[in-house]
Amino acid sequence: MRRRRAPLALAVPAVLGLLFLVLPLVGLLYRAPWSTLPERLTEPGILSALRLSLLTATIATLVCLVLGVPLAWLLARVSFPGRRLVRALVTVPLVLPPVVGGVALLLVFGRRGLIGEWLDSTFGITLPFTTAGVVIAEAFVAMPFLIIAVEGALRGADARYEEAAATLGAGRWTTFTHVTLPLVAPGVAAGAVLCWARALGEFGATITFAGNFPGKTQTMPLAVYLALETDLEAAIVLSLLLLIVSVAILASLRDKWISSA
Amino acid sequence: MPETRDVSVRARWTSIVLAAVTVASLTACGSDSANTAATGASASPNAVSGPITVFAAASLTGSFTQIGKDFEAANPGTTVTFSFAGSSALATQINQGAPADVFASAAPANMKTVTDAGNADGTPETFVKNQLVIVVPKGNPKNITTLAGLAQPGVKVALCAPQVPCGAAAQKALQAANVTVTPVTQEQDVKAALSKVTLGEVDAALVYRTDAKAAASDVEGVEFPESASAINEYPIVVVKNAPNKAGAQAFVAYVLSEPAKKVLTDAGFQAP
Amino acid sequence: MTGGLLDARLVVDRGAFRLDAHLRIAAGEVLALLGPNGAGKTTALRALAGLEPLTAGHVTLGERVLDRPDARVWTPPERRPIGVVFQDYLLFPHLSALDNIAFGPRRHGVDRRRARAEAGDWLARVGLAELGKRKPRQLSGGQAQRVALARALATHPELLLLDEPLAALDARTRLDTRVELQRHLAEHPGATLLVTHDPLDALVLADRLVVIEDGAVVQEGDAAAVTARPRTDYVARLVGLNLYRGNASDHGVRLADGFTLAVTDRVSGEAFVAFRPSAVAIYSDRPAGSPRNVWAATVGGIQRHGDNLRVVLHGPVEAAADVTPPAAAELGLRPGQQVWAAVKATETHAYPA
Repeated sequence: MRRRRAPLALAVPAVLGLLFLVLPLVGLLYRAPWSTLPERLTEPGILSALRLSLLTATIATLVCLVLGVPLAWLLARVSFPGRRLVRALVTVPLVLPPVVGGVALLLVFGRRGLIGEWLDSTFGITLPFTTAGVVIAEAFVAMPFLIIAVEGALRGADARYEEAAATLGAGRWTTFTHVTLPLVAPGVAAGAVLCWARALGEFGATITFAGNFPGKTQTMPLAVYLALETDLEAAIVLSLLLLIVSVAILASLRDKWISSA
Repeated sequence: MPETRDVSVRARWTSIVLAAVTVASLTACGSDSANTAATGASASPNAVSGPITVFAAASLTGSFTQIGKDFEAANPGTTVTFSFAGSSALATQINQGAPADVFASAAPANMKTVTDAGNADGTPETFVKNQLVIVVPKGNPKNITTLAGLAQPGVKVALCAPQVPCGAAAQKALQAANVTVTPVTQEQDVKAALSKVTLGEVDAALVYRTDAKAAASDVEGVEFPESASAINEYPIVVVKNAPNKAGAQAFVAYVLSEPAKKVLTDAGFQAP
Repeated sequence: MTGGLLDARLVVDRGAFRLDAHLRIAAGEVLALLGPNGAGKTTALRALAGLEPLTAGHVTLGERVLDRPDARVWTPPERRPIGVVFQDYLLFPHLSALDNIAFGPRRHGVDRRRARAEAGDWLARVGLAELGKRKPRQLSGGQAQRVALARALATHPELLLLDEPLAALDARTRLDTRVELQRHLAEHPGATLLVTHDPLDALVLADRLVVIEDGAVVQEGDAAAVTARPRTDYVARLVGLNLYRGNASDHGVRLADGFTLAVTDRVSGEAFVAFRPSAVAIYSDRPAGSPRNVWAATVGGIQRHGDNLRVVLHGPVEAAADVTPPAAAELGLRPGQQVWAAVKATETHAYPA
């Protein structure tokens, strides 16, 4: 018996696509200064940048979950005038160059910004140049990924389960938490992973809005960018470190989800 | 008038943003500018002609654009195309084979990367110097007149990151003045540091005099004596594999000539 | 009051389609809502459950007005004492069978431990005591149906709604489940509305039938009344009768195209005439003798029907006739053949329209 093979019209572009994605990584691995790797990793600042990156990306993802899942629900389940417009607005951070996103955040949350000025004068809170500012910049850029994934999952999920829950006495909130969310859990997880990955790699909005200060707002991508100014090899080491840590975390989470499912 | 201020801020930001986007997309530039079509007809057999691609530091954007126009007027048949970006990004691109004719760097260190790799044709020449000034918002609300003023409590300062030329210069100047400043941010380039002042996010920043001058409608520059110990030199060189070597040599010669020097000093640069 | 627990007039206007049906169900009574696809059965069920807004009318359960658009009264589904068994059950895929059943009691304020204990009791009552830990995808169709029933009953609804509860099952399972369902419906103290397009479900499970077509009630009554006196072609087909409408005079009902059917029942004015397919005799030559209805017909389709063959006859009287296979062989029946059809007047049943 001959095994069914993938048609060439699909196999060829698929392999090319894979190469396109993987070859740049091969380039990094090829140029990595393996012999000096250990000492470079222990350079001061690197671990704090990594820690900050993981921390802010995780908090940003939590913020996106808290705000983004309800927004996705609204877009998927409630019809209201201007819904198409809102749906388009949600994708704005995707289209906006992140640096412009950072400027826009400054204009709103900056010391002279629309809300920032009030925050400063009323509570003495300033967001730029703080770790909270990093979280805001990352959340701004990453939230659309979560919303789009969750909205897609919600639209794909059978809304009649929610009706069934209602006939059993569940209000809309209980239905959301006990029926809707578990039904779209895979979509939420996928969205959260995308969101986290995007937040982890965030550069433009972060450096523009939160600035760059080691230990406080300097995340790995910022450290990589500045390392690139002086030392290509250091930049490669930092990139690989970020890559390895994030892949390891995602892989372990994936195992956990699969085994618990 | 608040309205005019807003408009100028916005215009300034547009340019800052565009510059930053260019910097961020490391690989996007270079090849495009090199592919610009030649405008064909050359004037006489001895004159230079064709497209000339100049990789120049972002801080040269204003003055080099003007110099490029002047050069084209003086040499009919030539087209000068610029790729403005951070000097280090440009150096990396040239070392990776970007088809540049001329490299004008904002720091000797980035030039050295190119010469060390054997990608320069001849010895780089310094064509201008730039020195640091303190920029503060109009009216100097925190009344900062010296470097020591940056160390006052309650003064938010933006410096360039030590890895980039303006940051290295700032460190030198602060050391010379024996002042320790803890910035709230170490920006990736001088324009970003300047923009933090323009937007009012910080009270002061150390930037090049040229940048302060270009933003004179929004900020004030405060000169300080220690800047003399942190003068930044701008070298220029013809790239070894320049597609248009004759054009490149002519352009470098023009940058070192008097008319170009006038444009550069008008922008706030110092003659070498 | 005749113990009417549910009193509902359901008006749902959706442009091209309009449902307007009046339903009354007593406590302990099972009402079957019967009708062809698209008649508005499911819309009626959803309107009762509060899943479909009423355009007009009302839903009253006991003393409580649940829904009355003109008085701006509306009770959301979760606050109606109404349980629903959906056509494809809609068991929550992420919950075990036990937790599916416990879901309703939990929402009604029963604490977790007691809700699970109650759910366990319900599982035992539907004969699935040992399957509590299974997820819905690990249950067979019949098991899922029973879990869905237990889930709906676990909230002790005053009104139980079942939407085609047996439609998703294969024929063998349907037989067992129908018997099982009948037992549980008999025990249910509240009112029950069973939506179905299967006359057998209606006849076995329901005390009373309401037939709707195109959003309107066309006939209602107990099984005997409806089967004996169908009032629409749909009902006639359901109960397997030939049905005609015409104008009655002395011992005859004149149909629209002029043919007069002789009948023995005394009726006058607009009337229906019904007879069973087995009452139709087919001859190759015109039969003579005794008072009977005779007409020339053309054989249309022939198909197997139980032990007999059902023959569709075209002619002045469109009719279905049942003949035995030997008789069909003797006549050499084939589509397009010209035959004579005869029905005794005593085999007909005439009643006022």
